[in-house]
Amino acid sequence: MRIELLLNGEKHLVEVQPPELLLDVLRETFGLTGAKPGCRNGDCGTCTVTVNGWPMKSCLMLAAEASGQAVVTVEGLGDADIQQAFVDKFAFQCGYCTPGFIMNIHALSSKHPQADEATIRDWLQSNICRCTGYEEIRQAVVSVLEGKVKGM
Amino acid sequence: MYWSGGTEIITLGRVNLVYTEAVIDLKHIPECRALAVNDQSLIVGSALTLSELYDSRVFPLLGETGSGVADRTSRNKITLGGNICSQFIYKEAVLPLLLTDSDLVIAGPSGARRIPIGQIFNGTLRLGSGEFLVQSVTDSQYLTMPHFSIKKRKVAAIDYPVVTTAAIRTNSGIRLAFSGLCAFPFRSAALERLLNESKLPVAERVGLAASQLPAPILSDMKASAAYREIVWKNVLIDILTTLGE
Ligand SMILES: Cc1cc2nc3c(=O)[nH]c(=O)nc-3n(C[C@H](O)[C@H](O)[C@H](O)COP(=O)(O)OP(=O)(O)OC[C@H]3O[C@@H](n4cnc5c(N)ncnc54)[C@H](O)[C@@H]3O)c2cc1C
Ligand code: FES
Ligand code: FES
Repeated sequence: MRIELLLNGEKHLVEVQPPELLLDVLRETFGLTGAKPGCRNGDCGTCTVTVNGWPMKSCLMLAAEASGQAVVTVEGLGDADIQQAFVDKFAFQCGYCTPGFIMNIHALSSKHPQADEATIRDWLQSNICRCTGYEEIRQAVVSVLEGKVKGM
Repeated sequence: MYWSGGTEIITLGRVNLVYTEAVIDLKHIPECRALAVNDQSLIVGSALTLSELYDSRVFPLLGETGSGVADRTSRNKITLGGNICSQFIYKEAVLPLLLTDSDLVIAGPSGARRIPIGQIFNGTLRLGSGEFLVQSVTDSQYLTMPHFSIKKRKVAAIDYPVVTTAAIRTNSGIRLAFSGLCAFPFRSAALERLLNESKLPVAERVGLAASQLPAPILSDMKASAAYREIVWKNVLIDILTTLGE
C-alpha cells in the first residue's frame, strides 16, 4: 500500500506492507537509524519518535497508521536545546537510549514548557537507560526547561 | 478484527498470540473519537487514548486510573476501548465506568445500542459477533464526586498491578472496584454493603472483606494470594479513612 509521510518536514510517498512497523520503515526504507530497536515490545522507549509533536514508540505503530501525520526522528531535530543539554550534562554513556530520550524530552519541553517534577517523572519513565544515567538525564531536562542550556 | 491503539495486536502478534488477516481501524470513526458533555452526561469515545483522557481532566477518576496503565508514551497510543477489550485480565480503565454505572454504546451488524455497563461487562465485555465498543456515557453528577485511585505494583513504577483500586464517595456510600485482585476486574454489591456498614469499626469490616469476593484472590509471580490480600486490605483501610464515613 502507498502512504504519504510528512517525515522530518519533507513529504514522501512510500510503498509499505500493511503490517510493517513505523520503526522498520524509518530504518530500512529511509535509512533513519536514530530510532533504535530495543525490546520491540513497547517497554524500553529507545524507538521513540514524535508524531504530530507527541512522543510515540515507533515499534507500537504501523507505518500505515502514520500516513498523513508529521513524523520527526532525531535526525530531523536540527540543533534542539536538549541535544546540547545532553552534552553539557554528560547525559549518555553508550548512547543507545539517547535518541529515544531526546525525542521524548523534546516533546515534553514543547508540550509542557513549565512541567513540574511529577510530569517530568511520568514522561521520562517511558524510557529505559541500561547504563543508568538517569540523574544526568534529569539534569539535562531541567536545564532545558529552565532555559539554561549553554550555546553550541 | 477491530484495531484501536493497536498496541496489543502488535505486541501479541509479534509472538504469534494474535493473528489476523485484516483489521478495521476504529480511530477513523468520528463517534469513537468523541469527547463531549451532552444532556447532563459525558460521552467518551472508545478510541480516545489514555493520555488524551488524562490531559482533558474532564473525568478525573478515569484519567487517573487510566494513567496507571503502561507508561506515558505508550498511553499516547493505548485507547480506552482497547484497554477494556484487552485480552489481558487487568482492563484497569473499566473500573471508573463500573463505579459510575456508565452506559456503553455498542455497534455491530444490526445497528447501535446503548446498554448499562453492569448488563454487558462481567469480567470481560460480552460483545456479540461483529460488535465493537463505540462510546461510554457517564452521568455528569459523578464527575466531581470525591474519588480515590491507587495502583500497587510489585517493584517497578511501570508494571501490571498487584492490585489496582478505584473508589468514589456517592450520597449513598462508597463504591469500590478492583483489578488484579481476582482473575478479572469487578465491582461487588455484597462487598460494598459490608464496607459501608458504618456500625462496624473499619478494621472489622476490612477483616471480613475477603469473604465477599466474587472469586479466589489471584496468586502468581507478581504476588502470592496471601500477600495480595494484605496489600488489598491496607488499601481498603486507606480508602475508608480518606473517603470518610
Ligand atoms: C508497554 C505496555 C504496558 C502495558 N501495561 C498495562 C497495564 O499496566 N495495565 C493494563 O491494564 N494493561 C496494560 N497494557 C495492555 C494494554 O493496556 C492493552 O493491551 C490494551 O488493549 C491496548 O489498547 P489498544 O488501544 O492499543 O488496543 P488494540 O491493540 O487496538 O486492541 C486490543 C484488543 O481489543 C480489541 N478492541 C480494541 N478496541 C475495541 C473496541 N472499541 N471494541 C471492541 N474491541 C476492541 C481489539 O480487537 C484487540 O483484540 C500494556 C501494554 C503495553 C504495550
Ligand atoms: S523498541 Fe520500541 S519500546 Fe522498545
Ligand atoms: S546511555 Fe547506555 S543505555 Fe542509556
